[in-house]
Amino acid sequence: MNIVETGLSWWQVKPDVLWTDWLIYALLIVVAVFINHARQHEHLRAPWRLILRRRLAMSSCIILLAFATVGLLDSVHFRQAVEQRSDGTIRYGNESISLFDQIVLPLKKYTEKTYSAPFAVQLYSKENIEMDDGSMRRDYPRLKYGGAHLADKPSARYEDIKSRVITALWKAGVLIVAITIILALWRGAKRSQGLACSLRSMWLGHGDIPWKTIIATLAFIIILISLSLHLATVYHIFGTDKVGQDVFYLTLKSIRTGLVIGTLTTLVMLPFAIMLGIMAGYYRGWIDDVIQYIYTTLSSIPSVLLIVAAVLMIQVIIDNNPDVFSTLQQRADVKLLALCFILGITSWTGLCRLLRGESLKLREADYIQAAQSFGVSNLKIITRHILPNVMHIVLILVVIDFSGLVLAEAVLSYVGVGVDPSMISWGNMINGARLEMAREPIVWWSLMAAFVFMLMLVLTANLFADAVRDAFDPRLRNS
Amino acid sequence: MTDTLLKVQNLQTHFDTPRGILRAVDGVSFDIRQGETFALLGESGCGKSMTALSLMQLVPEPAGSIVGGNVLLDGNDVLQYSEAQMRPIRGSRIAMIFQEPQTSLNPVLTIGDQIRETVYQHTSLRNDAAKQRVIELLDSVGIPDPERRYAEYPHQLSGGMKQRIMIAIALAGEPDLLIADEPTTALDVTIQAQVLDLLKKIQAETGMAILLITHDLGVVAGMANRVGVMYAGQIVELADSETFFKTPRHPYAEKLFASLPGDMKRGQALAVIKGSVPPLTQQFSGCRFVERCDYALGVCRDTVPVWLESQVRCHRYDQHWQQLFDSQALHNVDQQTINRSNPSEDLLLQVDDLKVHFPVHKGLFRRLTGHVKAVDGVSLSIRKAHTLALVGESGCGKTTAGKGLLQLLPVTAGEVIYNGVDLCAQSASKMRNLRADLQIIFQDPYASMNPRMLVGDIIAEGMIAQNIVKTKQQRSERTKQLLEQVGLPADSINRYPHEFSGGQRQRICIARALAVNPKLIVCDEPTSALDVSVQAQILNLLQSLQSELALSFLFITHNISVVEYLAHEVAVMYLGRIVEQGSVEEVLHSPKHPYTQALLSAVPVIDAKTQKEVIQLEGDLPSPMNPPLGCHFHPRCIHAMQVCHDHYPQTVNFSVSHAVKCHLYAPS
Repeated sequence: MNIVETGLSWWQVKPDVLWTDWLIYALLIVVAVFINHARQHEHLRAPWRLILRRRLAMSSCIILLAFATVGLLDSVHFRQAVEQRSDGTIRYGNESISLFDQIVLPLKKYTEKTYSAPFAVQLYSKENIEMDDGSMRRDYPRLKYGGAHLADKPSARYEDIKSRVITALWKAGVLIVAITIILALWRGAKRSQGLACSLRSMWLGHGDIPWKTIIATLAFIIILISLSLHLATVYHIFGTDKVGQDVFYLTLKSIRTGLVIGTLTTLVMLPFAIMLGIMAGYYRGWIDDVIQYIYTTLSSIPSVLLIVAAVLMIQVIIDNNPDVFSTLQQRADVKLLALCFILGITSWTGLCRLLRGESLKLREADYIQAAQSFGVSNLKIITRHILPNVMHIVLILVVIDFSGLVLAEAVLSYVGVGVDPSMISWGNMINGARLEMAREPIVWWSLMAAFVFMLMLVLTANLFADAVRDAFDPRLRNS
Repeated sequence: MTDTLLKVQNLQTHFDTPRGILRAVDGVSFDIRQGETFALLGESGCGKSMTALSLMQLVPEPAGSIVGGNVLLDGNDVLQYSEAQMRPIRGSRIAMIFQEPQTSLNPVLTIGDQIRETVYQHTSLRNDAAKQRVIELLDSVGIPDPERRYAEYPHQLSGGMKQRIMIAIALAGEPDLLIADEPTTALDVTIQAQVLDLLKKIQAETGMAILLITHDLGVVAGMANRVGVMYAGQIVELADSETFFKTPRHPYAEKLFASLPGDMKRGQALAVIKGSVPPLTQQFSGCRFVERCDYALGVCRDTVPVWLESQVRCHRYDQHWQQLFDSQALHNVDQQTINRSNPSEDLLLQVDDLKVHFPVHKGLFRRLTGHVKAVDGVSLSIRKAHTLALVGESGCGKTTAGKGLLQLLPVTAGEVIYNGVDLCAQSASKMRNLRADLQIIFQDPYASMNPRMLVGDIIAEGMIAQNIVKTKQQRSERTKQLLEQVGLPADSINRYPHEFSGGQRQRICIARALAVNPKLIVCDEPTSALDVSVQAQILNLLQSLQSELALSFLFITHNISVVEYLAHEVAVMYLGRIVEQGSVEEVLHSPKHPYTQALLSAVPVIDAKTQKEVIQLEGDLPSPMNPPLGCHFHPRCIHAMQVCHDHYPQTVNFSVSHAVKCHLYAPS
């Protein structure tokens, strides 16, 4: 077969949906349905309105959304066309690429030889360099991409960075002003206020929605994006790792791994926890005994051991079925999914116990007895009366659990039983940093980058969880 | 007697809420003389308790604050006192007891320790002398065997005992004024009689003044020297007790009397105070009662009534306006009569020897160690369009009996015959079809509706489960019709339960029960969580529904006056068994069983002439886990004989309907 054409355009792609991608799309649909449902029910809308009125909650919500956007873009996978054959078929590459990879393509492509410090133009270690005249010199070699535009004048680096920062800030400023005006116009249109009037009341903090905080948070994100657009394309702003990959790219890619672990685990855990918890509390008797024995037994097994055993089993399964998991990415993905399942299966006991207690209390409520006196079936009573009344507990625990799971991934990968070593994750970055911190001079940037991003995600998730808990806790709401 | 102990002038306590400033106490003035009992009377939410807390400077901060007024104790304004200055005042000058004795005591400290704490605080007694004092106090509040009780924990005592302990703690500082905030509302009538009697006795001994806060006119009549009626944050009438009960002047007070159910009002509708207390967040431009008043004229809307010389806040008694009212005939007084149903003689439901026992498990292996015999052989018969009242103290098993006969609880033994079938022997699915005929209304209208469902869905739930109307259209038609039937606007279907007041919620619960066309409704204390005026609305509604739809009610209650007003027949329960049963006239007018006699005598009544000598019952209801041998009532009975100790009495019939279980009437 003759190859008719190579170098096809990047949009000639074949969607390649990984298993975790499917689950993320499913989760998105669930969230969308929930939002639609909550919009129609006042008792669900009221607490969310309360959350949106709190400044800290609003700010962390926006940052979380920014993280989620990166994660989602990184969850749309496809394979690129490599060549077109004479019979019209197109051969696609072996590697799945995400939409996010495509957007930050320079970061992905510009790999150096080995370590380089943030904003460096040279490698971090000395090498033998062959000079033009054939002599050998031992020096720090110039980077292939980092600061390559400076050509022969590496000393102009500071001037260059300064001017790029100024341009980035200037552009970001324009964008922020534009967004502020759009928001003010939108807000003004709703209350039929003029632009000036609307801006002024936003500034003075009239009304319930904390506009100043929203705009400040947006400004923060826009400035960061603008800075990285101007700097990350020509420098490695967080340096490079051992094999020369851009650390900034690695941290961004880790967001998806963290989010997948945090959200999909919950998705796995919820059906167990909700179904078993409510059943135990509602039916009592032997059903309660059986469920209680299951979760007491499960929670008394050291979870790390269980995870190690399960991860090794999955590894065996993958090795025995090489044809099912053809690409490296698919294998890593399956291992990630398996980890989510294992974490989910070991972590539903806490929520289950809480729901059992709550259902025990609710089943004695007068309205449940009233439903029983109408002859309403048990299944209907559970879905119509008990489930909506324990939903706030589920929501609170899910949001709190999220940050715990993100941290758990880091710890497990560090121990070596987490995600696949080829998968980019904060845990793997920290694991790698173990050796980097031990070498002299130390390589501090990959640990630092992973730390900063993880801190930001977990902190905002925790702050948001606090707000959710406060808003849904009836005792706090009444006082 | 006439020395003023406490003088409250223009007291104002405000709360900062999201809806604005809530004026919970809005210019309250009164004084309390030494050694007297002053009663503050009013519905819930009118600022009685907040007035009391303000006197003690215990208003919950920072939401609430006292913004104005003086509280003069012996001429010194205690509102100016700092927290440190206030501390010796609390307890030793003014002491307070609360409504709920269960939550007022610390469960992990012995009662002796808790009383001694106050003794240490307010006296110089220490160690043995303090202990001696605590035992004296326990003795003075009528706790038997005080030395042993000293080392016991609150959970080992009954509700009445706990309230006595609270009184002992209050007395430890030898206060000049005791504030009693609904001290007996959580207690049963017989225990209430004990506690009120105790308060009177202590007052006679120590000469302290009592500020009694209550909503119960009967308690006021028995206790108070003077009465202040509160409405919407203000005092609307002050009078001494005798004049107040002879001629209440303020329209609100008048209405309160008229809305009390009772024997004399059978067959009439109870007077109803329309609407509810206005929200206190608004600024009033007229009388606060105007919306609910039968006398209201234009002037009541435009002019705020002032406090008159004659100690009442109403334009009717103001010389400026008096003529206006005299010329105006009393309008829109709805003294309609209610059609009472004509009870037929046909039997609807027959309960035969119903038993509901709860197993008690103990120990590591959850061994069965006994049974709580909540209902232990109850036999009843309910006729069509009849109301049978099941009366008894809390813990006697009346609610369990009601739920047991509806098969909402597993029945241990016995039969419930309805339409020729035994409900206890039905399978779950067969029972499901029968459930439409037998419905229940609960005590607490706040807990009996799913807070996350719309009112329309709540009412429609039974119709869907029982497949009564097929289409959605018909269902919403029927829901609207039901809402109108119980006196609520049809647009309520798209609202949530929390948007309604207590009385309105109870109406929704009634509509929900009616949705499946029941024949019998078990009413489990449907009015005990409601104010008197709202109670009247619900009772009127139940009566008119009964005559309209020929419903039968099993009315579970502890309120004798409701029974007098509503019921055709009465069954009195004591410790899981019915001790006396008969028509209303027979049981309430010539009670035979000593327990019924004591129960009836303990009910506080307004008219002093009809007040009988209270038969004091000793002690509390025994535990249903191991009831006393022989007659369950004999340890508390004043007529107890040897035979009462040995055998449970047989039923003695006085007439076709009137039956008593007591050895006093045993044939030879």
